[in-house]
Parts: sequence; C-alpha cells; structure tokens
Amino acid sequence: MEFEWQFFIELITNGLLTGLMYSLVAVGFVLIYKSTDAINFAQGEFCMIAAIFIASFIYLYGFPLWVSILTVLVLMVVFNWGLERVVLRPMIGRPVVSIIMATIGLALIFRGLGPLLFGAETRPIELPIPNEPIIWGPLFMTPIDLLGAVISILFLAGFGWFFLKSRIGVAMRAVADSHQVSMAMGINVERYFAFAWVLAGVVALLGGLVWGNAIGVDTQLAQLGLKVFPVVILGGLDSIIGVVVGGLIVGIVEALAAGYLDPFVGGGTKDFTPYVLMILALMIRPYGIFGKPIIERI
Amino acid sequence: MFYRESGFYKTTYQADMALFPLPTGKVAVASFAILFFLICPLVLSEYYLSIINIAAIAVVGALGLNILLGYTGQISIGHAAFMSVGAYTAANLAVHFQMPFWITLPAGGLMAAAIGAIVGMPSLRVKGLYLAIATLAAQFIIEWVLNHTPAISGGVQASIEMPRPVIFGKTLATQAELYFFILPITALAIVATMNLVRSRIGRAFIAIRDQDIAAEIIGINVYRYKLLAFAISSFYAGVTGVMYTYYFGIANYEAFQLPISIDYLAMCIIGGLGSILGSIFGAVFVTLLPIAIRVFMETVGVYFVDGVYLAQVIAQMRLILFGGLIIFFLVVEPEGLNKLWQNIRNYFRVWPFSY
Repeated sequence: MEFEWQFFIELITNGLLTGLMYSLVAVGFVLIYKSTDAINFAQGEFCMIAAIFIASFIYLYGFPLWVSILTVLVLMVVFNWGLERVVLRPMIGRPVVSIIMATIGLALIFRGLGPLLFGAETRPIELPIPNEPIIWGPLFMTPIDLLGAVISILFLAGFGWFFLKSRIGVAMRAVADSHQVSMAMGINVERYFAFAWVLAGVVALLGGLVWGNAIGVDTQLAQLGLKVFPVVILGGLDSIIGVVVGGLIVGIVEALAAGYLDPFVGGGTKDFTPYVLMILALMIRPYGIFGKPIIERI
Repeated sequence: MFYRESGFYKTTYQADMALFPLPTGKVAVASFAILFFLICPLVLSEYYLSIINIAAIAVVGALGLNILLGYTGQISIGHAAFMSVGAYTAANLAVHFQMPFWITLPAGGLMAAAIGAIVGMPSLRVKGLYLAIATLAAQFIIEWVLNHTPAISGGVQASIEMPRPVIFGKTLATQAELYFFILPITALAIVATMNLVRSRIGRAFIAIRDQDIAAEIIGINVYRYKLLAFAISSFYAGVTGVMYTYYFGIANYEAFQLPISIDYLAMCIIGGLGSILGSIFGAVFVTLLPIAIRVFMETVGVYFVDGVYLAQVIAQMRLILFGGLIIFFLVVEPEGLNKLWQNIRNYFRVWPFSY
C-alpha cells in the first residue's frame, strides 16, 4: 500500500481540530486542579449535563437557543457554587482518594439525573452554522469542528491571559501555590475556590455546546471526561499551554490510530491509544510536558 | 452479655494481636458460622440464597480492594479489569484443559496477581491522582486486549461458556449447591485478610499508607510492598472474577467494565476504608441497594412511573442514590458503615453505665 498524502493530511487536520475541542473540555479540569488541588473526575459529566439541559430546554419547552444557554449558564454557576460550598470544602486537606471518589459520586449522580429528568433519547443541539463541509485545497473540514477549534483557541488564549495578567488569575495561582501564604497575604482563599468551580462549570457548558453539536446530546457525551486524562497528563496538570499541546497530541494520535491501525486490529484503537501514550508519559515524565515537577517533603 | 470485657486483661502483645481478643468473639463467629452454613441454606429459598451468593462473591473483591486502598493507601480504578483477567484465565483452563475448580481458582488469582503487579509498577514513581489515572488506563487497555484477542476471549462476543464446578463428582448447579461452593471461599478470604493485616506485611502496608517516606526510613522496602499490595489485591480480584464466572456460567469482559470498578471503590468507601468488617458491610450494602430500589419501585414507584420506563428509572435511581451515598459518606462519615457499627458497639460496651 503506497502512502497517500491526501489521507494523511486529512487525518492530521481532523486530529488537530478534534484535539483543540478536547482541550476545551480538559481546561476545566486544569482550572480546578490549578487553583484548588482537587481532581475532578466529573468534568465530562459537567459537559454532558449542561448539554442535556440546553437540548431539553429547546426541544421540550421550546426555548430559543440563546435563552436556554443563558438559563443553563445561571444554573451551572449556582450549582457549582453550592457544590463547592457543600461537598468540596469539607474535603480540603483530605486524601486524594476521597476527593476523586467524591467527584466520581457526582459523576454518577449526573449520569442518572440527566436521563431521569429529560429522558434518555439523543437530541441534537443546532447552532446557527452551515452543515456543508468546507473543502479548501486538500483540506476537508466540517464547520462545527472549525467553530469548536476557534472557540477553543479563543478561550484558551483568554484563560492564558486571565491566569498570567488579571488580578483574579494571579490570586488563583497564589492560592494554588499555598493556601496558607495566600491567606496571610489577604487573599480570600475560599472565595477563589468557589470561583474556580464556577469557572469550570462555565467551560463545561461551552464544551457541552460544541461537542453536543458535533456528536449529539445523550449520556454518551460523558465519555469525553475519559479523554481528559491523557490530555492533561501529557500536557502537564497545571499548565494552560500544556492543555493545548496535550489536546493536539491526543487528537492527532487518535486520528492516526483510527486511520492506520483500525483496519488491522478490528477497530476501537481510537479510545485506547491515547491511554497507551499516557502510560508511557507517566513512566518517563509523570508531570507532563509543561507541568512542574513535584518535590515532596515529609 | 454487656459486661463482656470485664475481667480480661491483656499482658502480652500476642494477646493483644490475637484474632479473638475476647471470648465473646469466638461465640459470635461460631454463631455466625452456624447461621450461614446451617440455618440459612435450610430456611431460605433459592432467591434469597442467590442474593447471599452474589454478596459473598462481592465481599472477596471488596476485601481485595480494601487491602490496596484502605490498608496500603494506593488507589486503583482498574479492579474490575483484574477480575476479568481471572475470569478468562479460569474459563480457558476449564474449557480447553478440563481443569477442576480447585486449580482454576488459584490459577485465575495468580494470573490476575501477575498482571496486577505489572499495572502497579507506575506506583513506583507516581501516586495519588497519577496512579488513579494509570490504573484507569489499565482498565481500558486490559478490556481492549481481551475484547480483541480471540485466542483469549473465545471469539463470539468475547465470551466463553463456563462449565459448572464439580466437587467429588457432583456438579453444582442450583443456588443452594453454589452457596456451599462460594461461602467457604469467602470465609477463607476473610480469615486470610484478617491474618494478613496483623502480620508483618500488613503492618508494612499500613506504614506505607500513613507516610511512605517515613516508612522507607524505618527500613520498609516501599516499592516491594507496594507491588505486593497490588499483587495481593489483584489476586483477590482474580478469585472474585473466577467465582463470578462459575456462578453465572459465562466469562465476558462486559461484566467487568469501569462501572464495576467504581462499584467496588464505593463498597470500600461506604463500608469503611482500612477495615475488614467495613469491606463486608460495604459489599453487602452495595449488593442489596439495587435490589432494594427495585423492590421499592415495583411496589411504590409504579404509581408514579409508567411501566415501560420502570427498568430505566430503576437504573437511573440506582446511579443517583449510589453517587449520593458516596458523597454523603465522604462528607459526613468518612469512616463508613464500620464506624457506625463501632459507635453502636461502643455504646453497648459499657451499657447501662455509659459514664
């Protein structure tokens, strides 16, 4: 079989675009980890529940798109604020296992709640964009992938600026570094914890919107959460730029595996190659490409 | 009955570490043994015996995970994958080599232990979150390999039909017969765990959990014991997988996917981390919960939900209650059901003079 450049380039572009959309989901995870040291296993479920609410408001109650987006935005903000207050705050200082389990519990609740409230069928979210694929020279792209990638780039750049320059972002980095020192410097640590969770909820809404448009809205959307881990481990847990690079790597690897390996082993490599890559990364450089090494003291 | 501790003084460490520090313990264990081995099979119907069977199998798996999670402090989100390793090993041995259960059972366990030790290798370098994700990766990779290797998984839908276990020429097929196959193994697993955690190995595990750097300084080979913890925990998981396979008569990777791993994590959290009684409580509780929800929905819920959706709603209710309980226990009672039992016991220990 001779090498087909056309096919290869298609895989790479699709991989890059999908990868950027993964970054959008993963950035919520990094946001929380960066500022509260908590690990959120429910990021995929956050996206899912936001998308399910939006789609259901549109199809069951006939809301216009932007009204339902705004309603869900308010709901997510209120819910995540309450969540931090009731569940996550008592967990501060507890072992990692406890926090992981708490977010897994949350994920289970979401998986049950979404279909229980609105039914389990798949619904589309129609964003006002064309459906015809864009063909541009050898490149072949769907508008939603492109839009998702653009939204991802804008927001990732925004978050980069936010963490580096803005007052709130700097405070959040300080909180992530050391709770005690930030408290001594007059930063209201608890407020920034709540803020991080709220922000993660907003990002999840965006992720849910983009992915919901791309693949349809049902509980399957929560599988996105599983893609987050290779992305953040590869890129580094506490780095925004790492999320972008990690997302791109995972996107490309997935696309190449699906294109070149699937015909030989009978499918399914898409879900599993990023994890193999991640295991290798854990062996060689556990803190990721852009993450900072952890130094442990007794 | 309530003054049971009066008059018993421990003068040696051996007495303090004994399996039964008090004579009441022996009485209690003996009465439980009589209850479960004599009275239950005589009194209970097939349906209730099947519930006990499933709970008893889950107890073994929960004990295994608790050794890793509760005693050694290493998280694993791939527990169910090790069960599938055990299950397929046993199924292949039983089908292709006509091995009896007393070979397939330990063989499944050992195979799972070997794989578990390999999966545990990242724990040499990483811990906490990273280990959680590495074991999550192991779950997916093992699942994928089993699903895509017909040589292991039998080809058709990746499932192998398992013959029923045979003891002394008698094939065990009914629930009551399987009951006497499963319960002794569970009892053995409980006793083995009790002995393990009070031995040198168990103490090393606990030292690693509490502070691994300090444990290394007092001379514990942290890496070896971490791998050992993974191997032992996976051995239990493998045995659990073999028991499931014999019980259901089929080995299929779909019975051992990520949600099952989470079920077992929930058993440890709800029951109580680092406690044998807690593992038992947790396993029984998590096994009974869906049954209780189903009974509740079929009696009360039918007035609110259409019959068509009932099965769906039950599944969703189970997820919600399950997640809610995990969070509830983590926030309100991190030591789980075991702590509640301790509280009750401590109250009656000095009853009626509680001051």
